[in-house]
Amino acid sequence: MTGAETVTDPGGSAHGQIEAAPIRIVLAKLGLDGHDRGIKVVARLMRDAGFEVVYLGLRQTVDMVVAAVEQEDADAIGISMLNGGHLTLAPRMVEAVRAAGLDVPVIIGGIVPDADIAKLLQAGVAAVLTPGTPAEELVRVVRGAVSGA
Amino acid sequence: MSDASPRRPSAANAANAANEGAAVPSEATVTARAAYDAAFAASPVRTDVDFETLSGIPLDPVYGDAPFPGQYPYTRGVYASMYRSKLWTMRMFAGFGTAEDTNARFKELLRAGGTGLSTAFDMPTLMGRDSDNDWAVGEVGRAGVAIDTLADMEDLFADIDLGGVSTSMTINGPAPILLAMYVAVAESTGVPRKALAGTIQNDILKEYQAQKEYIFPPRPSMRIITDMMRFTSAEMPKWHPVSISGYHIREAGSTAVQELAFTLANGFAYVEAAMATGLPIDEFAPRLSFFFNSHSDFFEEIGKFRAARRIWARWMKERYGAEQERSLLLRFHTQTAGVSLTAQQPEINIARVAMQALAGVLGGTQSLHTDSFDEALALPTEKAARIALRTQQLVAYETGAANVADPLGGSHYVEWMTDEMERRAEEIFEHLDALGDGSILEGVYRGIDNGYFTGSIADAAYRFEREVNSGRRIIVGVNEFTEGDERSSDLLSIGQDTEDLQLKRLATVKQARSDAEVAAALTRLQVDARDANTNLMPGFIDAVKVQATEGEIVAALEDVFGTYVEQVIV
Repeated sequence: MTGAETVTDPGGSAHGQIEAAPIRIVLAKLGLDGHDRGIKVVARLMRDAGFEVVYLGLRQTVDMVVAAVEQEDADAIGISMLNGGHLTLAPRMVEAVRAAGLDVPVIIGGIVPDADIAKLLQAGVAAVLTPGTPAEELVRVVRGAVSGA
Repeated sequence: MSDASPRRPSAANAANAANEGAAVPSEATVTARAAYDAAFAASPVRTDVDFETLSGIPLDPVYGDAPFPGQYPYTRGVYASMYRSKLWTMRMFAGFGTAEDTNARFKELLRAGGTGLSTAFDMPTLMGRDSDNDWAVGEVGRAGVAIDTLADMEDLFADIDLGGVSTSMTINGPAPILLAMYVAVAESTGVPRKALAGTIQNDILKEYQAQKEYIFPPRPSMRIITDMMRFTSAEMPKWHPVSISGYHIREAGSTAVQELAFTLANGFAYVEAAMATGLPIDEFAPRLSFFFNSHSDFFEEIGKFRAARRIWARWMKERYGAEQERSLLLRFHTQTAGVSLTAQQPEINIARVAMQALAGVLGGTQSLHTDSFDEALALPTEKAARIALRTQQLVAYETGAANVADPLGGSHYVEWMTDEMERRAEEIFEHLDALGDGSILEGVYRGIDNGYFTGSIADAAYRFEREVNSGRRIIVGVNEFTEGDERSSDLLSIGQDTEDLQLKRLATVKQARSDAEVAAALTRLQVDARDANTNLMPGFIDAVKVQATEGEIVAALEDVFGTYVEQVIV
């Protein structure tokens, strides 16, 4: 009944091919926004699809995320933004990753108006996923971003 | 025009009863009906409409069996006359930019005949951070109004007679500071605190469980809330010190049952906490109010609202020994489910909102906010917000739903659903009661500590997502019927000017105040905080009066109370 238990999904990873080394992704919420339903669901979906998920939780700074990526040797960063702050915080995240000399894609998930998606991609964000994205597409986009496709 | 006295059960009703062979109503029903008729006759009745169908068929104010609306356990409604006396309040939540921007909006609302103000604060204010804090960058004035000092609060309510309006403030962690500012603004304009009417959300328990806008750990937060309950009970008799909110629990992904049970359990926890400080239950219980979500499963929602009233009345009477009728009444505000709105084909959200609003009304809500169809994309435009308000007006004036109290009462399905909601909620209360060794308050604390609430909400959210992904649960426009998705480009965006203006404003206030006075006020608050028997409210009021900022007050108390950090559970 509590969330402390591990979610097991007998069917979740069946259709994904066996990877030699699973992709490791750091997920986090930046800034003060406390809406964490989406990112928690994404964390479980990705774990069930065979990813290694490191969820940092709420109220992270870009430096905290970079430190976690270095420590965990992660392959990708997923940031959830539901408060309209994406144009401020997402480019900062990309900058911080570059400044640390890392080559790790930053993927943004959340409420991002179409007009802003191009701006974020321009700023170096690898992909933007909006509400309603099916699980398979989420997995495909993250794999693609990591392999540079 | 309808006459003030209720019509007697019609011949058609009697014929139905005869057909079913249920010959004579029981003596208890006759007595209850007589009591209902008397209560209805004593209630004011709206004279702006006729209570008859579109075809002109006259309608009784209620149909069916006892207990009737306004009768214990209030399953059928808290008042005998329900919407015949007064429609629900169409309370639309708003706030943006600087205090001056929102003040202009408030004055417009008042000129248009409104008497209630509802304030949305920006994220830094909600989290107890000043606009010049590093964490606030990009968030100042964005999702609500920015308040740092008493000077901002004076701007927010400038030229508004606070003795003549009722004000709702949606804020939790820093609630005592905002309440202190409200009192200080009123008193500086000659309005005594006892004349102030309004509500402050101030429901910290659901923050740890769902919305995550907490500052201090649970126990010191509860001490602050009981201080506020004692203070308002003694000095602000027209103020509602807590609005116990399930809305955010549901938005975070809970089921209807979890929303119902967690919210009422939080209500029991506040009751136990207040009683533990020696406040008599009948002194504060009538000032408690509730806030629920209205989601898309129509009958499940209606069952939830009906069960909520019955459970609250029973627990208040039987477990907590309330004696006054007003202590037993669960009165609630409803908002349609923001989380049900889709970014795909956003216009169909208008239909979703309409059905959710109707469920709230058929469930007997006292006030209602309808979401705007574009909220899955951005903050609502003015046009979208107007359509949302029109939707409520349509429910009120065109559907006939407001003519008869509890129109679905007696339906086999709705009565079963109401019972089932209650049964499932009681199972959760049993769990929490056991967790707290006979105290719901302790059970709630432990459930926060051990991840019970966040974990069960996340489980429910995940299950829903899996159902949508597998196609077992159809969401129109998302995983089925997806052709025709044209995104609107007409979205609201908020510029950078607000943040710059607010930073200048804050710097000016800090320049002009006495730093020595601020330091003394903050030290006094810390001293008060260390003594559990001292009420913190007077200290908050003195601190805001010398222009201590919200962030400074929060930081001073974090030194004493600590800062809550959530245990990360996925």
